[in-house]
Amino acid sequence: MRHDLVLRVVGKLLVPFILLFALYVQFHGDFGPGGGFQAGVIFAAGMVFYALIFGLENARRVMPDRLVETMLAAGVLLYAGVGVAGLLLGGNYLDYFVLDRNPVLGQHRGIFWVEVGVAVTVCGVMLKIFYMFASRGGADGPGPQ
Amino acid sequence: MAERGGRIIETLIVDLLLVLMALAVLVLARTRNLFAAVVLLGIYSFLMATAMVALDAVDVAMTEAAVGAGISTVLLLGALHLCRSQEAKPVHRPWLPLALSASTAVLLIHGALGLPDFADPQAPIHQHVAPRYLQNEVDVPNVVTAVLASFRGFDTLGETTVVFTAGVGIIALLRRRRPKAEGGADEA
Repeated sequence: MRHDLVLRVVGKLLVPFILLFALYVQFHGDFGPGGGFQAGVIFAAGMVFYALIFGLENARRVMPDRLVETMLAAGVLLYAGVGVAGLLLGGNYLDYFVLDRNPVLGQHRGIFWVEVGVAVTVCGVMLKIFYMFASRGGADGPGPQ
Repeated sequence: MAERGGRIIETLIVDLLLVLMALAVLVLARTRNLFAAVVLLGIYSFLMATAMVALDAVDVAMTEAAVGAGISTVLLLGALHLCRSQEAKPVHRPWLPLALSASTAVLLIHGALGLPDFADPQAPIHQHVAPRYLQNEVDVPNVVTAVLASFRGFDTLGETTVVFTAGVGIIALLRRRRPKAEGGADEA
């Protein structure tokens, strides 16, 4: 699909908005529909779209494998870390009430970081699975045809 | 009166979507062309996502559209690139699986008849912990987010770990060895 002019132009126009929409879904998830999982998947879908049109190599240059693999683990660690932070501040595991003097603000803080963790892991896993499949001689990967 | 009209239209839309989904599944079961099957799966997912929107479950609809119609279609197309696009003729007639699916469907329908009415406020599920969730002591307007991230934070931690494990499993299965080791078997 690399040589399709219409797809290239439309892709160039759309990809930034898809990524921006993912961030909106992430940070507006407390007020509207959405949350970490949806944001991670939409972000990954935007990157997959980019990779399909501009080639896997270009996508890999934007988000290298090292980064994606780090994201895989970093999200879960961040999530679990929020729980440990609750323990250190004298609450139960994953108790957000103790994360701030004001319990409601503590809840908001806990939910925010937990959602970030979910989004990072989900985005990393989706991208990694796509990279793995696509580089096995797939669409335009370097593998044997 | 206007509310009743809205009800009827909503029921019509959902029914139409369900009929279209059933059609998609029937065509899907008959087709031997795997490319058509993948596209039909995407159509099915989009219909499902629309039905979710009609039922006011926007969070689920978003996930369904992005995962079911977006990423899994791409992954299936990627897998299709590696194999032939015509399904092989089955060796056996699929009577046993058909009978199994049909009896499961009958059981499920029988079970669904015993469920409380749709959106019945007196249903047991709305009497248990839901009222406490809706009091919203965490003060987050989207109750879905509050339930997922706070009230059931431990469940969500488990789900995130499941996603992580899926990613690690894919890496373990599909990762190529370094070019140095490419003497004999080049794939793990």
